[in-house]
Amino acid sequence: MHITKEKASRHTLAVMVDNEPGILARIAGLFTARGYNIESLTVSDVTADKAVSRITIVTSASDATMEQILAQLDRLIPVHSVTDLTALGPHVERELALLKVSGTGDHRIEALRLADVYRARVVDATTTSFVFEVTGGREKIDTFITLMREVGLCEVARTGIVAMARGNASI
Amino acid sequence: MTEKSGADILIEALCDLGVEVVFGYPGGAVLPIYDALFRSGRIKHILVRHEQAATHAAEGYARSTGKPGVVLVTSGPGATNAVTGITDALMDSIPMVVITGQVPTALIGTDAFQEADTVGITRHCSKHNYLVKDPAKLGDTIHEAFYIATSGRPGPVVIDIPKDVQVATARYTKPGPIRHKTYRPQIKADQTSIEQAVDMLAAAERPILYTGGGIINAGPAASQLLRELARISGAPVTSTLMGLGAYPASGEQWLGMLGMHGTYEANLAMNKADLIVCLGARFDDRVTGRLDAFSPFSRKIHVDIDRSSINKNVRVDLAIVADVGHALEDMVRVFKARRHPKPDLAAWWQMIGEWRAKKSLDFPEVDNDIMPQRAVRALWEATHKRAPIITTEVGQHQMWAAQHFGFDAPNKWLTSGGLGTMGYGLPAAIGAQLGNPKALVIDIAGEASIQMNIQELATASQYRLPVKIFILNNEYMGMVRQWQELTYSSRYSESYSDSLPDFVKLGEAYGWKGIRIEGLGQLDDGIAAMLDHDGPVIVDCRVAKLANCFPMIPSGAAHTEMLLQASEVSGEMDDEAKALV
Repeated sequence: MHITKEKASRHTLAVMVDNEPGILARIAGLFTARGYNIESLTVSDVTADKAVSRITIVTSASDATMEQILAQLDRLIPVHSVTDLTALGPHVERELALLKVSGTGDHRIEALRLADVYRARVVDATTTSFVFEVTGGREKIDTFITLMREVGLCEVARTGIVAMARGNASI
Repeated sequence: MTEKSGADILIEALCDLGVEVVFGYPGGAVLPIYDALFRSGRIKHILVRHEQAATHAAEGYARSTGKPGVVLVTSGPGATNAVTGITDALMDSIPMVVITGQVPTALIGTDAFQEADTVGITRHCSKHNYLVKDPAKLGDTIHEAFYIATSGRPGPVVIDIPKDVQVATARYTKPGPIRHKTYRPQIKADQTSIEQAVDMLAAAERPILYTGGGIINAGPAASQLLRELARISGAPVTSTLMGLGAYPASGEQWLGMLGMHGTYEANLAMNKADLIVCLGARFDDRVTGRLDAFSPFSRKIHVDIDRSSINKNVRVDLAIVADVGHALEDMVRVFKARRHPKPDLAAWWQMIGEWRAKKSLDFPEVDNDIMPQRAVRALWEATHKRAPIITTEVGQHQMWAAQHFGFDAPNKWLTSGGLGTMGYGLPAAIGAQLGNPKALVIDIAGEASIQMNIQELATASQYRLPVKIFILNNEYMGMVRQWQELTYSSRYSESYSDSLPDFVKLGEAYGWKGIRIEGLGQLDDGIAAMLDHDGPVIVDCRVAKLANCFPMIPSGAAHTEMLLQASEVSGEMDDEAKALV
């Protein structure tokens, strides 16, 4: 007997929740307990009184599982709303990454040149290293990281995706 | 206004919420609460002998009265012992509030004595949980917890209270009606969906009402409305294990339970129906059998208060998110308002009549041996006029009770459906007896399951609760043995109940009356003797050892592939079937 997997597509969700202890464990635990994927998860409070947090989750699931994920998230008591940005329509996705590159000579010059193309900023420098800050969609950052590997990349930190629907409507 | 200790706030809030009974077990981290309980004298505390039993007793109390069950246990092992019952209540949607003591806030995270991460452990087996670190928030939290436990799809809510929060003081005022900022269950259905559902029901040629525990949770009025909807639509009615009693087993349109051990007529009707109206059930795997062969010719309507139940296992054509009681009320009203004539279902009922003629619940009698089905029927004969409350453990005896003990009213059938918890029945019977002091409460048990919470014999003795335990003793974990016969060529790996106690003497040791029934000749007299005794009685009814529970849809099979008798059982199954639960 072999175990089969269902076809999945990628969705970006915006989940508004009460900013209370344990909420992240509730969300993350729901995903593990029910066997859903998390590709990335970011969280931060977003209201003036710091009472509400926005969690952006990137997940991949079949259509049927996706419907379950939305319903299961909505069922959690501290959840205000769940929005499937991917299903909603056009939206902006951004991620920030910090990359540390070490080296001297040609590698160093090439790193700066690539950073310029990718609109990465230098946020720290020594005579043998740079830290670059780059923002963009996942693909751009993936590509930038791949390129930097060839010129001395030694450390990466990424925030994970944050996302927002285009247009004047808000959630 | 003067300040009160957290423990006193808790007791006062419980009184404000109308709590009469708490099931619990004291320990270091709840001593302030136990002292407040002692000083108050306003709440009856039932001292169980193991915290798991406190949770099942609370479930039994809740299921039989419609009121939330309340549990009070200490930190660490007290809380972890309660986890099985909390999970059970989540799976079966039982309203329950569990109060757990916790080590003082300053010690949380230090691996203190009897510390466990209770909110962490119960996060995914409760409907919601709280760690209360501020006594000023305790009162509101308790009221909110009861609101969440009892509204929407009911379930268990855990409140973890550190010991210093129980001692520290704050003000308490009884809050007004709760309007939660995020949690607002949808009670009333969308009107156009109701109209659509009614039109589909009125137009169907082969409709079936597939009912579940949601109708019991919606209160006795919902059961009456179900009966009315069945009457005006003429549709046959089947039910899940959890929904038994919502429609009377003596009713003409009753097909019996459906699913793995359901009747032939119920499962065939599901398979051949052109419309399934699912009312407060959730298309569980025990009900659907093989999903890709489940009810292939039907359109499906699903009424459920929990949106996540809809389209979870089976895709439906019309989803109605609502309390099933309200939805039934609306459906009955619209059905009548539209002057739909009672549909002509003669052809459908004729098909059903042919399936009924199979008499799928019939069983072979054996000379002098008591067939377990016979014992359940004899118990029903002797008691049904008293409308008894029946609890069960988990296994063959549970299925035989579901099949052969006819329930005519809701809240009379308490069983662990979703989680399938052995050891549920005795504590549940204790809880039910407390909530219904005059009722006849019987735990139909197996000799293996009953041992899982056997210590609760003492609880019934202490509170003079006249519960009856009726053990169908076949000296096997019968359902395990049955599956081993079906799947593993009868290799009985660890399914024999060896070294059984003498249940009669055991009962007597706890101050119970003990009765042994051996052979068919003693069955009726033994049951009569059990009923004659006004205290607790344990009956060791020796039944045919190798009887199996039929009909049966094996795991991974379709409704049309029912096994009706033992001779149809094959010896070994393939790996795909072995991997299914």
